[in-house]
Amino acid sequence: MAEIIQSAKSGGKKRAKRILPHMDMTPMVDLMMLLITFFMLTTSMSKPKIMDITLPDRVTDPEKQQAPKISASRTLNIILGPDNRVFWYPGAVKPEEYNNPPPLMETDFSPDGIRQLLLERNRTLFRTINEYRDKVIRGEIRITQDSLQGAIRELKNIDDTGPIVLIKAYKEANYGNFVDILDEMNICGIARYTFVDIAWYEERMVEIASNISSSSAY
Amino acid sequence: MPKVKLPRSSPRIDMTPMVDTFAVILIFLMLTATMSSPEPATVDTPFSISEKPIPDANYMTFLISTDGKVFMNFDNGPDTLLKFRPRILEEMGKRYGIEFTERQLREFQTYPSSMGVRIEDMTEFLDNQDANARKALQVGIPMDSANNQLAMWIQYARMVNPNIQACIKGDSQVEFPVVKRVLNILQDLNVKRFSLITSLAAVKINLEEIQQ
Repeated sequence: MAEIIQSAKSGGKKRAKRILPHMDMTPMVDLMMLLITFFMLTTSMSKPKIMDITLPDRVTDPEKQQAPKISASRTLNIILGPDNRVFWYPGAVKPEEYNNPPPLMETDFSPDGIRQLLLERNRTLFRTINEYRDKVIRGEIRITQDSLQGAIRELKNIDDTGPIVLIKAYKEANYGNFVDILDEMNICGIARYTFVDIAWYEERMVEIASNISSSSAY
Repeated sequence: MPKVKLPRSSPRIDMTPMVDTFAVILIFLMLTATMSSPEPATVDTPFSISEKPIPDANYMTFLISTDGKVFMNFDNGPDTLLKFRPRILEEMGKRYGIEFTERQLREFQTYPSSMGVRIEDMTEFLDNQDANARKALQVGIPMDSANNQLAMWIQYARMVNPNIQACIKGDSQVEFPVVKRVLNILQDLNVKRFSLITSLAAVKINLEEIQQ
């Protein structure tokens, strides 16, 4: 294919001919092509990514269980519902309202949904972080990438205006939603969020909320 | 005009540069290749913006499939001499009164992917070379309160390798209670920091978006 070894014809005189030795490389090239194709198809270039989360201590003793002592005005409860739905309500439900809880607001995972909600509440911190990052990019603050992460963490630590988000999952939620909502926390730069068990009255709130919307669909 | 004489010999292409390039690409691919061994269950990981790559060593993975089975995987540690996997299995064997042979431990050490085998079936699983027979034994690690083998695995993995980091790899369609169960087991064993394995998705938001 690539090369045909010619039979050198030269009549008469017998003389040592200077023929350059030529190797037929075609099989080798074929083999290499095969190997390259194989490796290209089997290698996974990008390693999977990980997202770190920290969970609070689990209190199994119901005697010791108590509502988190955080200011209700900053609290935002997000409840993952069935069928990729997501509900939220601000503040906390008072004990006397347990049997008649306030209605849940519904939103979705689109950029206009939950992200808008979170950014609106977290505007100050989000802007501070962004401005800081811009300054680093423009070279006004000279720090390395690693210390930038540390500095952002510090900014989040001293923040006292952003929301405190409590994430709860209804039993029919799926794992994808859970990752989505944690991801949304990272995107919006929420400083304080945690994942807590859903309370019984919140389960009822979800049931009421999804029933109302399903009956209105009839 | 004299006729243009075409050379009668076929044109010879020098393939050396091409072969050189191929060789370089081949060597590069061979060195970077991380053989991805097939997992016992296909899992579509959810997307996130996190750019942190999974660690090379000192991790345990919980693979949660859509049908609610939990599979587990450990690494052998940063150095193959540490032999974390066989040591974990040995401890598990002691706990459940099963004696593993040298050959079985070695098989466990080199097994390439996650396992969801009950400890009672482990000897059979390791002795069996047939892939289909092995697959039938992958029923998911039991994790109910009466027979919580998953908790035992976690406990011994942490005992053998104190630096181990827990990673959860779940399908995005997994029902949340299954994940919650795994999270609870981890929390009960005082593992509070762990990682969720995700795929990278690009999301951009800018300042204008919130200033409007």
